[in-house]
Amino acid sequence: MATPDDSEVLKAPYALQYTYTRSTGPVLGHFFAGLMAGRVLGARTATGRVLVPPAEYDPDTGEAVEALIEVGTAGTVTTWTWVDAPAESAPLSRAFGWALIRLDGADTAMLHAVDAGSPERMATGMRVRARFAAEPRGAITDIVCFDPVEAS
Amino acid sequence: MSIPPTPAGPALEFDPPLSPVMRIDCPVRLDYTIAAGREQSRFLRAMSRGHLLGRRCPECRKVYLPPRGTCPRCGVMTAEDVEVQPRGTITTWCVTNVPYEGQVLELPYVTASVLLDGADLPFYFLIQGLPADQIRMGMRVEAEWADTLGPTLDSIRCFRPSGEPDADPASYAEHV
Ligand SMILES: [Zn+2]
Repeated sequence: MATPDDSEVLKAPYALQYTYTRSTGPVLGHFFAGLMAGRVLGARTATGRVLVPPAEYDPDTGEAVEALIEVGTAGTVTTWTWVDAPAESAPLSRAFGWALIRLDGADTAMLHAVDAGSPERMATGMRVRARFAAEPRGAITDIVCFDPVEAS
Repeated sequence: MSIPPTPAGPALEFDPPLSPVMRIDCPVRLDYTIAAGREQSRFLRAMSRGHLLGRRCPECRKVYLPPRGTCPRCGVMTAEDVEVQPRGTITTWCVTNVPYEGQVLELPYVTASVLLDGADLPFYFLIQGLPADQIRMGMRVEAEWADTLGPTLDSIRCFRPSGEPDADPASYAEHV
């Protein structure tokens, strides 16, 4: 005979996980090596645009990029959103902002986390600076996050 | 249409030289909560009491195990719980010889589709208790229950040869 408990639908957690290793290629390979050294590299295209993170080919023309150049570790937020409850895989365990950040010297913006503390401290146009990991391992997480730069 | 060759990029180097990172770990993880549904919840609860519960279609009379809420053949709701025996006949099988990440069983090991007595749908189980090269269609096997039962498929540790004579191929031909 069915009890109320017996009619309840069973639920269980289920994790789908794959342990991919990705080959980086010459351009991103140098980008990650740069991050390990606390520097950010971009790719300069034939038309003079600087892509950060760097791509192997100019997305506008399809031509191979011409050179790797260093850009700044500080930049400007071009747009953002706020995360109140970070997922386990998020770069920060407390609430933070996801932002597109155009580093000084770059023409494109890069997605990264901003440790602003509250959404009131986030704004399009705000200045931020990269905080590098104490123990880099050649990954995008070598930038822990970006910190707001207070106007002086 | 032919695909044009990829242009070779310039040798991109940086001064002072950096040793490029050629590989990065990119694990992908998706966390789900699975809801078993009404019929399979009853099936799993029955397993925790040492029973196998199938579900019968009122039209074609087929018994589904694991149970289904509807009959995929007739498109009607299944209506009746049916107890299925923890023994059956191997309809097809697989010997795993190649190691893989996360593997816990000793190689080679056998898994098989087992048509349980009273069911019309073979169910996939681990087969233990015989050398891998002796597995065959028609072999009769019985469940070995785990020491601790719960609402999980782990309540059956494996199936083992029951010692009965092989089944008549006609008895499972429809389910191969
Ligand atoms: Zn039916």
